[in-house]
Amino acid sequence: MDISLMIESIPRLLEGAVVTLQLLLLTEIIGFVFALPLGILYANGSRGVRAPIYCFVYFFRGTPLLVQIFIVYYGLAQFEFVRESFLWPYLRKPFICALLACALHSAAYTANILRGAIQAVPAGEIEAARACGMSAFQVQRLIVLPIALRLMLPAYSNQAIGMLKGTSLASTITLMELTGVANTIVADTFSPYEIFIMAALIYLSITLVITRCFKFAEYSLSKHQRPLKSSAAIPGQVRHAD
Amino acid sequence: MTADLFQGWGTQLFWGTMVTLQVAFLSLLAGLAIGLAVALAKLSSSRFLRAAGDFYTTCVRGTPELLIILLVYFGSTVALSAMLRWIAGPEVYVEIPAMAAGVFALSLVFGAYAAEIFRGAFLAIPPGQIEAAKAFGMSPLTLFVHIRMPLMWRYALPSLGNIWISLIKNTSLISVVGLEELMRVSYLATSVTRSPFHFYLLAAVIYLTLTIINSLIIEWLETRANRGVRRV
Repeated sequence: MDISLMIESIPRLLEGAVVTLQLLLLTEIIGFVFALPLGILYANGSRGVRAPIYCFVYFFRGTPLLVQIFIVYYGLAQFEFVRESFLWPYLRKPFICALLACALHSAAYTANILRGAIQAVPAGEIEAARACGMSAFQVQRLIVLPIALRLMLPAYSNQAIGMLKGTSLASTITLMELTGVANTIVADTFSPYEIFIMAALIYLSITLVITRCFKFAEYSLSKHQRPLKSSAAIPGQVRHAD
Repeated sequence: MTADLFQGWGTQLFWGTMVTLQVAFLSLLAGLAIGLAVALAKLSSSRFLRAAGDFYTTCVRGTPELLIILLVYFGSTVALSAMLRWIAGPEVYVEIPAMAAGVFALSLVFGAYAAEIFRGAFLAIPPGQIEAAKAFGMSPLTLFVHIRMPLMWRYALPSLGNIWISLIKNTSLISVVGLEELMRVSYLATSVTRSPFHFYLLAAVIYLTLTIINSLIIEWLETRANRGVRRV
C-alpha cells in the first residue's frame, strides 16, 4: 500500500466525484419529474393508460443500465435523421447521453415505487377526505400524494443509492466521473488497490450522506407519529399512541 | 428473416448468452454460500464476527459493482504477478481470466445483499416454532436444517428473487474487463456491422427475456415454498 499515492490521487478523484454528483442530482430531478405523472397514472389510470407505462417500467427494470446507456450513446448515432437533427451536438456528448439513459432508468424505478406508495395509502384517509366534501383532484393533491410521498421515502432512498452506483457506468462511454478518473489514474500508475479503494471510500461517504439525508427527511416528516415530548414528563398521563 | 435479424451473429449471440448464464449461476451459488455464512456471522454472539459482517455488507453495498469488478480484476492481476515474480523472477507477468475475476466480484456483491436478506429472514421466524422444535428434543443441528432453514427460505425468497434479477443484469458489467458474454458479443457485432442500435436493442431484448423467465421461476418457487401456508 502506497499511502502517499492515495493522498496524491484525492484531488483528481474529487474532481471526478463532482461530475458524479452533478450526474446523480440531474438524473434524480429529471427522473422524478417524469415519474410523478407516470406513477399517478400507473396507480389510478384505466387499463389502456396503464399498459404502456407497464411496458416502459418493465423494459427499464428488466434490462441492464449498461445496455440502455449504450443504446443512447452508440445506438442513436446509427440513424441519419438523428445525426442531422438539431439535437445531434447534444447527443454526441457522453454526459448528456448518460444523463438521458440514467434519467429514464430512474423514472421507471421511481414510478414503480410511487405506484406502490399510492396504493398503500390507507383507504380510511381517502374516505374521510371524500366525506369532508373534497373533489377527486383535491383528494389526490391534499391527501393521497403527501401521504404517498412520505411512504415512498425508504424505497426511494435505496433507489437513489442504486442510481449513485449506476452513474459509475457512464465511465464506459468515456465520461470522466469518479470511476472514469480512477480508471485513468490506474492506467497511468498501475496501482489498482490504492486508487480503486480511495474511489470506493469516496462512494461510501456519498452513500452515507444520502442515507443520512433521507433518514432526516423521514424523521422530520413523521412529526405527527412521534409521541408528544411533554407528555412523557407528566407522571401518570397516558402517552399518545400514534 | 432470422439471417436478417442477427446478420450472421446468431451463433455468437447464443454462446454469449450462455456465458452470461454461466457467470450468473456460478455467482449465484458462491454468493448464496457467502451470504449464508455472513448472515450467521452477523447473528452470532461474537462481537468480532458481527462487526466483520457489518463492515463487509456496508462496504460492498455502498460501492458501485463496476468499481468492485475493476478492483478485483486489476487488483488480483497485480497481486498475483507480484507473488509469482517473488517466486519465479522479474520477467513474470500474469493476467487473471476475466471470467474468474468477474464471478468472484459478482459473488461478493450478491453475498453482501443476500447476507442482509438471510439475516432478516432468520429474525422473522416466529419464536414459537423454535420453542416447539426444542420441546420435541431436536438437536441444534436438526433444528437448523429442518426448522430454521426451510422457514427462513420462505421469508427470504421474494427479496432473493429481486437480487437474482439484478445479478443477471450485473453480468453485463464484466464485458468491461473483456469477458465475451452477451454484452461484449453485441459490442463486437456492432463494430463489424455498424448497426449499434440494432444489436444493443437485440441484447436488451435477450436480457429482458432472461429476466422475465427468471421472474416466472421465482414466482413458482414462492408458491412452492408457501404451499404449507393457510390463505384466508
